[in-house]
Amino acid sequence: MEDIVRLSHLIDAPAPTACPGCGHLLFFRLIREVLDELDLTEKAIHANGIGCTGVHRAWQNHGYVPLTAHGRAAAVATGIKRTNPDAFVYTFQGDGDAAVIGLAETLNAAYRNENICVFISTNAVFGLTGGQMSWATLPGQKTTTSPLGRDCSTTGAPLHVPELITQVNPGIAYAARGTINSPKHIIQLKRMIRNAMEAQINNEGYSIVECMSVCPNNWHLTPLQCREHVENKVIPEFPLGEFKKRGE
Amino acid sequence: MKKTLMKGNHAAGEAAVRAGCMLFAGYPITPSTEIMEHLSARMPEEGRTFIQAENEIASIHMVGGAYCTGKRAMTATSAGGFSLMQEFTAYASDAELPFVIINVVRSGRGIGSLDPGQDGYRQSVYGGGNGDYRQIVYTPNTIQEMVDDIYESFETAEKYRMGVIILTESSMGQMMEPVVMPDYKFLETTPDWAVTGTHKWDRGAGGWPMKRKAWEEKMARVKAEMQRWDAVGLEDAEYVFVSYGLPSRSTGEAVKLLRAQGVKVGFIRPKIVSPFPVDAFKAVNRDVKGFLCIETTEFGQMVQDLALAVKGEFANNVPVHFNAYGIGVPSVKEVLAFYELIREGGSKEVF
Repeated sequence: MEDIVRLSHLIDAPAPTACPGCGHLLFFRLIREVLDELDLTEKAIHANGIGCTGVHRAWQNHGYVPLTAHGRAAAVATGIKRTNPDAFVYTFQGDGDAAVIGLAETLNAAYRNENICVFISTNAVFGLTGGQMSWATLPGQKTTTSPLGRDCSTTGAPLHVPELITQVNPGIAYAARGTINSPKHIIQLKRMIRNAMEAQINNEGYSIVECMSVCPNNWHLTPLQCREHVENKVIPEFPLGEFKKRGE
Repeated sequence: MKKTLMKGNHAAGEAAVRAGCMLFAGYPITPSTEIMEHLSARMPEEGRTFIQAENEIASIHMVGGAYCTGKRAMTATSAGGFSLMQEFTAYASDAELPFVIINVVRSGRGIGSLDPGQDGYRQSVYGGGNGDYRQIVYTPNTIQEMVDDIYESFETAEKYRMGVIILTESSMGQMMEPVVMPDYKFLETTPDWAVTGTHKWDRGAGGWPMKRKAWEEKMARVKAEMQRWDAVGLEDAEYVFVSYGLPSRSTGEAVKLLRAQGVKVGFIRPKIVSPFPVDAFKAVNRDVKGFLCIETTEFGQMVQDLALAVKGEFANNVPVHFNAYGIGVPSVKEVLAFYELIREGGSKEVF
């Protein structure tokens, strides 16, 4: 009964503005669930990304900051957390946002080991602008800016952000990658989110969780095919797991 | 009150501490860097936050993050660093988010030069980002005035929920003058617009899509309440000099010399250039023959606002003369030479 009450604000919120089968909302729902479970909702402040993660703002009925330009969420979160150490501060960004245009902000916040949580929902395309190639696009994957399939010889190879960040600063609190394509993975991802959040509460430092998301519209697959695509194509390129465990 | 001899940039940083600034984030750029150097020691000393950021884009966004939770925050920069911040100023203007930037202007385009100049005027006044917006721009001409402006700027930014720019010049940052530092003050309450865990950002008067009427009312209020200037001898002036910042010091000196000789010249010094002090022109002699704009730009920036102010006040198309001083600070002699040229019927560029 308590769980039903706890999640009631999710049900009350305006209808989320996402496409059918979108993976972002599932990830965001898990974040909200863990916020509630850890009793953080009323002290949570959320620096948002721009792109599909930004149009979900209808669902964000707590401390939401709208001024974050594309890629700058980690810098905004830094300003919030440094002046409000008692607040719980996190970002919710796509891969185009956090790992392409905002790579400098994302990396440097980790470099300084800011005590914030960065959640990246990676769908391997720029979703809101209509499915262009991102740094997470798979080799050979067709997008509107790689119409013949991604050619890694000229566009670079998929960028693995949590691994990269762990190398840039091995002193961060937590880095992990999960996905939402099966109940098993959802439970695993939720545990990762919990770890990231607990790290911040305990002042352990920077934490990042990347979720391999799905984009049925821009992948031109059905939601079910998307889940199979994650299992067969995405996970082999982007291994799931914890790259920096807490306390290590 | 005790006077101390202080370098302009150090005084600017200290004024921000006294004004209750809780976060400074910045990136080194000459000639503004001493502000962040000063604050790198002073902010931790006061238990506040200093961050050396990876670039100007990140530093101004850190300022925005702090300010949207109702914590006073500031950055300081110059030239290309200020350009990098324009993405943010546009976003902040749309969100009606207060912020304070000290723009220690150096001269030239791109890398330009380190000489003093005033070509950051337009970027500061009109905002260099996308969309139509304005910022409140203080233009002090002494270090004491700069300190007082910075001390006031946070409250101005919060009152109107607008960006405030303190426009100074490289010489102002580097030179030393005696200055009285004001007492410590703080933003005691959390503003009602501040983001908390239970309150998300509201977009103030404007909202989105833009509520045009609310914006108009707000900007009219800013225009009416932020008129600030110094003036000399406007009643009987045949020619009126208009100048701000460091060039206004040599211009003021030239005007003093001319008036001592009985020459009827006047002087308007905008202390805030945005909103432009249009009210100052109401007191000008109706038979004035022309205005002389003294600013150190290459093609004229303030002169256009000046020409519009003159057009609004005088029906008979009074000429506004402009001389491109380029970089540096024009000397009293140069200002007098320009006056002689105009008086003898010559001209450089007329708006």
